[in-house]
Amino acid sequence: MAEKPDNNAYWAANIRLVTICLVIWALASYGFAILLRPMLSGIAVGGTDLGFWFAQQGSILVFLVLIFFYAWRMNKIDKEHGVDEE
Amino acid sequence: MDQTTLNIIVVGLSFALYFGIAIWARAGSTSEFYAAGRGVNPVVNGMATAADWMSAASFISMAGLIAFVGYQNSTFLMGWTGGYVLMAMLLAPYLRKFGKYTVPEFIGDRYYSNSARVVAVISLIIISVTYVIGQMTGAGVAFSRFLEVSSTNGLLIASAVVFVYAVLGGMKGITYTQVAQYCVLIIAYTIPAVFISLQLTGNPIPGLGLFSDMAAGAAGEGTPLLVTLDGLLTDLGFNAYTTGSSPFLMALFTLSLMIGTAGLPHVIIRFFTVPKVADARWSAGWALVFIALLYLTAPAVGAMARLNIMTTMWPNGVEGEAVAVEDLPDWFETWSVTGLLGVEDKNGDGRIQYYNESGAGMAELAAERGWAGNELVTFNRDILVLANPEIAQLPGWVIALIAAGGIAAALSTAAGLLLAISSAISHDLIKSVINPNISEKGELLAARISMAGAIALATYLGLNPPGFAAQTVALAFGLAAASLFPTLMMGIFSKRMNSAGATAGMLAGLILTCLYLFTYLGWFFIPGTNMLENTAANYLFGIPPTHFGPIGALANFAVAYLVSNATAAPPQHIQDLVESVRIPRGAGAAVNK
Repeated sequence: MAEKPDNNAYWAANIRLVTICLVIWALASYGFAILLRPMLSGIAVGGTDLGFWFAQQGSILVFLVLIFFYAWRMNKIDKEHGVDEE
Repeated sequence: MDQTTLNIIVVGLSFALYFGIAIWARAGSTSEFYAAGRGVNPVVNGMATAADWMSAASFISMAGLIAFVGYQNSTFLMGWTGGYVLMAMLLAPYLRKFGKYTVPEFIGDRYYSNSARVVAVISLIIISVTYVIGQMTGAGVAFSRFLEVSSTNGLLIASAVVFVYAVLGGMKGITYTQVAQYCVLIIAYTIPAVFISLQLTGNPIPGLGLFSDMAAGAAGEGTPLLVTLDGLLTDLGFNAYTTGSSPFLMALFTLSLMIGTAGLPHVIIRFFTVPKVADARWSAGWALVFIALLYLTAPAVGAMARLNIMTTMWPNGVEGEAVAVEDLPDWFETWSVTGLLGVEDKNGDGRIQYYNESGAGMAELAAERGWAGNELVTFNRDILVLANPEIAQLPGWVIALIAAGGIAAALSTAAGLLLAISSAISHDLIKSVINPNISEKGELLAARISMAGAIALATYLGLNPPGFAAQTVALAFGLAAASLFPTLMMGIFSKRMNSAGATAGMLAGLILTCLYLFTYLGWFFIPGTNMLENTAANYLFGIPPTHFGPIGALANFAVAYLVSNATAAPPQHIQDLVESVRIPRGAGAAVNK
């Protein structure tokens, strides 16, 4: 494989970042909003529990933060590895 | 001025705006026709993507879907937004770097195979055509309800409007009309929601109002809105709003919608219009901002409209007398004419009792209180959004805005789908397979003719919807999840994935998903030809056909991996291509080849 080692490090950094983001993505939606909702039922939010809030609003807000965080962090990683667009 | 005239004026003004944009944003080259010249600002593209994405179903039906089921249907909210996380991190930036015009083009080039390209074109056309039928009928319905034209004429008007700006402007015209359509639809959606939230909770932001206490003067003053709603519902035999069952199926359905969303070609191609890879990343975030403005409001609209209906039917509380027939509000009568609402005084007491006949203990309660069954006999879920301004007693121009908003939502999604279909035909079939030597001018003409053809086909199918029209969502999302998403993702994340593996995987996902759907919904959705009855007892591992997308995707990944590893690795220049797609540098140079 004729790859520059530099690009391998860049790709590994990307995969690491994507993995972290997708773990949070899954936790906020499949986790807190659905499967782990019974564990959060003690936390009251506006007449219901935290799981309901995550299902109807919280997960969407987490998705938003995740995408902007990814874009910001990734654009920085691009520069650190010298692969950003000129 | 009567309401219909006002509706016609507001809708007419919105059309004039779209036509103005169409003339201003004419496409002069294939780059402009397919990708708006790749000069779209990421925020603007985000707004266009939001309009592209939010269909008549999101605008008119989603609040009702949530309102009638409550927590359990949060799956739609999470599924239709969470897919953007997948798209932003796994597909959009890399496909933008690839720098071509269509989704099948990436598959064809990355897998160095015209058969992979053709399978991708077929998937794309099945997904987009089934999806566009729903938009065309949605536009027809919006016209007929608000403008008092027949739904056939409404559909023809809608087609003519899309024809003007899509054929003239291609992606460029569609992008800027979508921006205008987004503004129309979000204003139309938000205004009634804000007023309803103020009336019920005193909070002007509907998303916050949903979790607030009831305002002074409203029924249940001082208790949280959701507690009030849960109480009313359970007293009348309905399921509580905030509870659900079968978390496994909820999670599976959410996953199906998320993967399907990320694999929908008409959304993916929107990210080809921004100048840089970094812009594609930002743009996905902006798209979700604009989508979230509606999606954070929708559950509030649903819960509040449901509560309003309950208190309208039971003005003295559940313990008191039900509403008298002559006291029903005016909007009740207006909407009864459309057949979306209907009452029948079964026990002849001059009052309308609305409750769930099959709820636990309701038969006893009904006998005790002299009820002869639920008397709100027709209650279409779309009514919650359509009649929202009237329920909140807002002026006529807000009702007219809802009309313009519903039509904008249908047209913007239809145009995006039609572009995905026509570019797959003119670019992937004509330019790549049939006649590679076609000139730039010839291809632009072919693109325009394909667009006209796609509109004609969509109009025909909208007028004569095939039996499967109702199943479109399951089909489109299931196929996008099972065929396109895994193949695109492996094309970027696996250098080892070769042509044979990808083609076999795509076919496996496509065929398995179709077979599973056909088994329960009938061969090619022809009623009566299903091999098993569409009930939970017959499902494989209890998985309904609507939830099958992730299983199809898994089959695609597994078959692709096995076949690819049993055959030769892709040639060096393809591995180099994957390497270059992964790295943002040089995106500008890849443009317009």
